[in-house]
Formats: sequence, C-alpha cells, structure tokens
Amino acid sequence: MAEYSALAILKNALTGNRDWKPAWRKPDPKPSYDVIIVGGGGHGLSTAYYLAKEHGITNVAVLEKGYLGSGNVGRNTTIVRSNYLLPENIRFYEHSLKLWENLSHDLNYNVMFSQRGILNLAHTPAQLDEYARRGNAMIHEGADAVLLTPKEIARLYPGIDISPNARFPIVGGLLQPRAGTARHDAVAWGYARAADRRGVDLIENCEVTGFIKEGERVVGVRTTRGEIRARKVAVAVAGSTGRVMKLAGVERLPIESHVLQAFVSESLKPILPGVVTWGAGHLYVSQSDKGGLVFGGALDFYNSYAQRGNLPVVEEVMSELVAMFPGLAKVRLLRSWGGIMDMSMDGSPVITTGPLPGMYLNCGWCYGGFKATPASGWCFAWTIARNAPHDLNAAFTLDRFHRGILIDEKGQGATPKLH
Amino acid sequence: MLITCPYCGPRDSSEFSYQGDANRTRPDRLSTDTAAWNAYVYDRVNTAGEHREFWQHTGGCRAHLVVVRNTLTHRISSVAFARNAGQSGAVEETGP
Repeated sequence: MAEYSALAILKNALTGNRDWKPAWRKPDPKPSYDVIIVGGGGHGLSTAYYLAKEHGITNVAVLEKGYLGSGNVGRNTTIVRSNYLLPENIRFYEHSLKLWENLSHDLNYNVMFSQRGILNLAHTPAQLDEYARRGNAMIHEGADAVLLTPKEIARLYPGIDISPNARFPIVGGLLQPRAGTARHDAVAWGYARAADRRGVDLIENCEVTGFIKEGERVVGVRTTRGEIRARKVAVAVAGSTGRVMKLAGVERLPIESHVLQAFVSESLKPILPGVVTWGAGHLYVSQSDKGGLVFGGALDFYNSYAQRGNLPVVEEVMSELVAMFPGLAKVRLLRSWGGIMDMSMDGSPVITTGPLPGMYLNCGWCYGGFKATPASGWCFAWTIARNAPHDLNAAFTLDRFHRGILIDEKGQGATPKLH
Repeated sequence: MLITCPYCGPRDSSEFSYQGDANRTRPDRLSTDTAAWNAYVYDRVNTAGEHREFWQHTGGCRAHLVVVRNTLTHRISSVAFARNAGQSGAVEETGP
C-alpha cells in the first residue's frame, strides 16, 4: 500500500482521487496465529503494530467485536500528558509522550498530535505545594514542568476567573508544556493501517465468545467467526475486561467497570490555547481544531457497563466549567456520551503475563488509557514477545495488590471510583 | 436514576452515596487469613448484569441500603436495608 505524502495527495488530486486504496485489508480469520490480540481499540492495535515493528512477529490477528476504534479510543477527551508523581508512572507515561512526539512520522499517518500544554489549576496553597512537588518529581524523571502564577495563567487563558473573590480562587498552576491533544480516531486508524501494512490481520465484527484451553493453558479463542488457535492470547479490552476474563474462567480481578461521561460544545472561535484542569473539583477542558470545547469530569461513581451516564454528573461538570470560565455560561452543549473505564484498585494499570498460561493481560487504565496508547502497546508487545515485562511495565503486575506493592498515585486506597 | 428508599420512597440518585460492591464477604474480624482479607479488599466480580451493591441515603434518612441494579441498563430491581449484609450469616430486612 502506498505511502501517504504531500506528493501522493497532489498526484491523486490530479487524477480525481480515484486511486486511493482502503487503509487496511478485511481478511477472514486464519485457523491459527502466533499471537491473537482480543480487542481492536487503541491499545490492541498499537500492541499489534509494535509486535510487528519491534519484535518481527507478524503472524498476528487483532479480533474486534464491533468496528476498529468503536470503544474508548474514540470516546475519550484526547488528552496526552505525563504529569504524574510516582516514578513508575512518570517513566511509563514519559516513554509514551516520547513515542507520541514521533508518532505521525512513525505511522505515516497524521494523528494531529498538538503539544499545546496542560495546565492544572491550584486553588489552595497546599494544592500549589503538591503541584510543586509533582513538578519537581517530573523534572527529576526527565519530563517537563513549570509552576505558574495567577498573572501568567491569565496571560495564557484570558477568559479565566483569577479574581481573589472567586468561589475557588486560583493561586497558581502547574503547566506541562509538552503535553497536548491528538485526534483520537486517527490514532486508531493510523495504528491499524501501520499494523496491516506489516502483515497483521485486523478482523472486525468478530466477538470472542470463549477461550479454548488445554488443561489450564489457553490455546485459542472461540468467536462469532469460528475457532481460532494461537500460541499466545493477549487481552486488551479495557472496560470489558471483567466480561471477557470471565469467559476464560477468571471470576475475580482487582478491576471495577465504571461509566465516565464526556462532552462537546458547539463550535467557537479559538479561545482555549491548551488543556486546562480545574483543581477545586474534577474538570478538564480543551478546544478541538473544529472549535468545540471537549471536556469531562468525574465518573458517575457507580459500577456500570452501560455506555451512558446520568444527569447529576452532567450538571456538576457544567457548573465546574462555568465556575472556571464564567464567560462560557451561554455556550450550548452539542453532544455527550459515556465510555466504560476499567478502574483498578490503585489507579494504575496492569500489563502482565498471565493470569493463565498462554495468556497476557492489559487492563486497569482508569481514566488514563488514551495517552498511554503508544507505551501500552509498546510494553505489552515486549511482554508478549519475551514472556517477561520490560522495566517500564515491570511494576504493573496483577499480583501487586495481594503483595502490598501498590502504585497509588492519589493515595485513595482500594476505592476504584476515586482514582 | 431513582432509588426507592424503604423509609423515604423514590428519590433521585444524587441524594445517595455509592458504597461499592456488596458481593464481597468480610472475613471474621479476628481472622488472620491474609489471602481472605486481600481478596475482600481488592478482588471484585465486576458483574455485567444484576449487581448487588451498597448505597447510603446520605441526603435523606442516612440508612445503609443493599440495592440490586443491572449494570448494563441501570434498572433497579430491589432495595433493602443493609443491616448485617456482607457478613457471613447475614439476614436482610425489607421493612423499617
């Protein structure tokens, strides 16, 4: 399949754009593969790509129950950042950010990664101290961070309410300039096309209905398109982790599925240069290239597999946005939707071998799966290819909960709705 | 989402606080079985379908409740008082 380039656009324009080919094949499943990846979302597709690119394993199938990218990779608020406190998390997400920085070139697909910065607002001196500590931890691990004063914040975001008599006055903020946003659908499509070009079979409308086992060992899957065998079966299904793993006989996991809502407003002239998060509640907002404000807040706070939420959270999120930018009170909401988050017991993910022989598991992404897409696939591919984790994901085990070595970024304990 | 509190009647879910999965059984408080405690604290069935869960009517009578709610549809099929629920030999009561 041809490279995408400025020259290709010009050539196709001159010939009436008749010669563009589909970005990936639609193969029928073969009877067996070296590796099957269950889940054709961002993480599954990037895992397939890095298996082929970094490890030369191309006899791979990605099985997707709907169409590619129909789950959380197309439902998030597109934010990419590495502003974490704990070393395991900063290293992992900083690796991800570095992969993002070269992703469009690497995939030969424009994912529109825009490093417009993320600003976390602080509303109390204690919160600002915490941000200073986090910023120092980030710099220490090779990421970038700048502490801003209210005046500097007002220069960046002219509409923001920095008055001292605001209900939650802004006392400062932590900026990560290299953070930003990407076009999430393009990330799924770019990884899909790049994996397909290296020989990976992307099989859509193929739901896994069971696992084939020999003794305890997983040796394949039963699907709506027949049985497929594989030496290795990897699962990367985010919010559906509980459901899919039950099919393999794994009844309990340190995961709860919760619904998270997201919102897009009508199109506006450019008013937000980057991503802003409100520290007095839970709100994150940026502006898409089309002009819509893309924003979200907290979970609905109860277990859910329904890809929709309830109105109290809608009201809460809107009130937080207006508290931060009073001038947005009359902006109309265009759309809202829900996605299912695989909330882990410490807020950090799992990328590991097991839990059954022949099986590999990638889950526990909480709110943060989108920005992790490149590093998640990169580390998962390494783990699958070598039957052992890379240093970057060695801490993200499944047994860390029972062994008491949690990676609890927020210190919330085993209350998944709070991570 | 409306939750029908046995004391207060049908009320908006925003009056209630979600207290989590009620499918877990807390080990006896004198138990020193680490595996059982770890399983109680960290492991979840994460049901897709009828889910037993704790809610507290924090914005009303403050009663602790066991609600059975379908996690695929958010439809609630039963609400009961949570007295002793989650402990071995628990008896659920349905009236005030």
